[in-house]
Amino acid sequence: MTDETAVLSPSAAAPERAAAEGGGRGRPGQVWRSRRYRWDLRWSPYAFVAPFFLFFAAFGLFPLLYTGWAALHQVELTDPDSMTWVGLRNFTRLWDDEFFWNALRNTVTIGLLSTVPQLAIALGVAHLLNYRLRGSAFFRVAVLTPYATSVAAATLVFVLLFGRDYGMINWVLSAVGFGAVDWQNGTFASQLAVSTIVIWRWTGYNALIYLAAMQAVPGELYESAALDGASRWQQFLHVTVPSLRPTILFTCVVSTIGATQLFGEPLLFNGGAGATGGSDHQFQTLGLYLYEQGWVNLHLGRASAIAWAMFLILLLIAGAARLLRGRGNSR
Amino acid sequence: MRSLRAGQLTYVVLGLFTAGSLFPLVWTAIAASRTNTRLAQTPPPFWFGGNLGRNLQIAWTDANMGTALLNTVIVAGTVTVGTVLFSTLAGFAFAKLRFRGRRMLMAMVVGTMLIPPQLSVVPLYMLIAKLSWTDRLQAVVLPSLVCAFGVFFMRQYLVHALPTELVEAARTDGASSLRVMWHVVFPAARPAMAVLGMLTFVMSWNDFFWPIVALTQNGSPTVQVALTGLGRGYIPDQSVIMAGALLGTLPLLVVFIVFGRQIVGGIMQGAVKG
Repeated sequence: MTDETAVLSPSAAAPERAAAEGGGRGRPGQVWRSRRYRWDLRWSPYAFVAPFFLFFAAFGLFPLLYTGWAALHQVELTDPDSMTWVGLRNFTRLWDDEFFWNALRNTVTIGLLSTVPQLAIALGVAHLLNYRLRGSAFFRVAVLTPYATSVAAATLVFVLLFGRDYGMINWVLSAVGFGAVDWQNGTFASQLAVSTIVIWRWTGYNALIYLAAMQAVPGELYESAALDGASRWQQFLHVTVPSLRPTILFTCVVSTIGATQLFGEPLLFNGGAGATGGSDHQFQTLGLYLYEQGWVNLHLGRASAIAWAMFLILLLIAGAARLLRGRGNSR
Repeated sequence: MRSLRAGQLTYVVLGLFTAGSLFPLVWTAIAASRTNTRLAQTPPPFWFGGNLGRNLQIAWTDANMGTALLNTVIVAGTVTVGTVLFSTLAGFAFAKLRFRGRRMLMAMVVGTMLIPPQLSVVPLYMLIAKLSWTDRLQAVVLPSLVCAFGVFFMRQYLVHALPTELVEAARTDGASSLRVMWHVVFPAARPAMAVLGMLTFVMSWNDFFWPIVALTQNGSPTVQVALTGLGRGYIPDQSVIMAGALLGTLPLLVVFIVFGRQIVGGIMQGAVKG
């Protein structure tokens, strides 16, 4: 945190107070006003931050802690008020649950399939947007448009585009000589299709974040690199990418968090056939499995255990990212 | 900042990428203007047909799109107003006021950004079930009324954009905190409030996970929840589904065409300062 100039320290109120205590003695209105003034100074910061913390306590912190409690119970959606203590059974059950491991595996695969190309393409697009362009405002807005589309709308369109028999993507594939792909039922194919939706929606957003970071890179770095005879490609590799390291790490973390929470795309890619993530659970993610356990199979306790498992996985990833960053700084 | 002029190849690649970004949206409109039979033929249609009006009408009645759109406007509007107001209040306090515990509280705000929403979804559901709020709009409005990112965003903006002397001067004139807020902070924060408002509106409009848990399709769904209902028909009519998708996306696209540059600027600004 920078620029911590505190404005409303009590000294700012000193003249007022002096006036009130000196000349204002015996005039109760003024004394009252000055007291109210000091009271206002002292407590208004808390009043300003209070709404955030009140709402957060009610709808963020309390549920967060309660999830841990619910995970130790058997709770059914049909009667959420009656909870039976089962200890760690929800967790041990999860450990032996092949669908949990399947969902975890799928989440990792889909996460990698969507995050890696997404960020690589975003970096390239940002590099191009960083040139002096005609109509750069148009390109920036156009590239961001998928961000304005909802998961639901985007997934429904892509279900059609990925259709096995009449979908446009298979039509193009067969037009150039490949066979049609069963995007719904193939394991890898369906995961690739779900990843495509994520890539489509988020690449432009990440490109703009990279573009912002690129514009903060000092020009002298490029000039001296050019003097050393570096080509544009070498400048990109040896100046741009290293300067962007913190931003790249940031987007990696954010996209990873997003990937672990993947829910709408695999739910709707199933064409309305429930929360199984395909006929063979081939694209069921952890987020979708949580929903299936809680709101289809009605086991809220087990859903809570899945939520905690997801949180632990995120903590592991965050720890790994921190380690990586620590190494980067010491260089 | 470097300003190498772009070559032709740059335009070609960017043009292709832009086309890829826009194509699914254009194709939604094309598919929505065709019939289900036509969509079940190869090659797929590449240009508009004459069925748009009919499909929009069926989607409108089948998925109850009118109510859903109205609900979404209410939800996204309330969430936006609340988030912007509360974020500006807290952001100002964290940027310019000194009070006991502010560092710790600010660290808490940033920390909450890392908590995944799934972690609280079960108790949140139990909470709203207990209050009998399932299927009511307050179930999706109240939990999203404050936002840690918003507080962070406003703080970062106000630290630099609001001159400390200005607050000080108003203070020495004897202005109360509310007056300072109204006459000094809000005017200075207005550009950031606008950007935060647009980002919040887009996010709230597109929110999916919590609304589908808290609102069923029989009650008062938002557009996103209503859309999932369209696909579950006995014989799904794809052209009608696309018409529904179009209805759910169009309002935001209009917002985007009008305010696109500001939204882009806001995302880039948040990225550098964040």
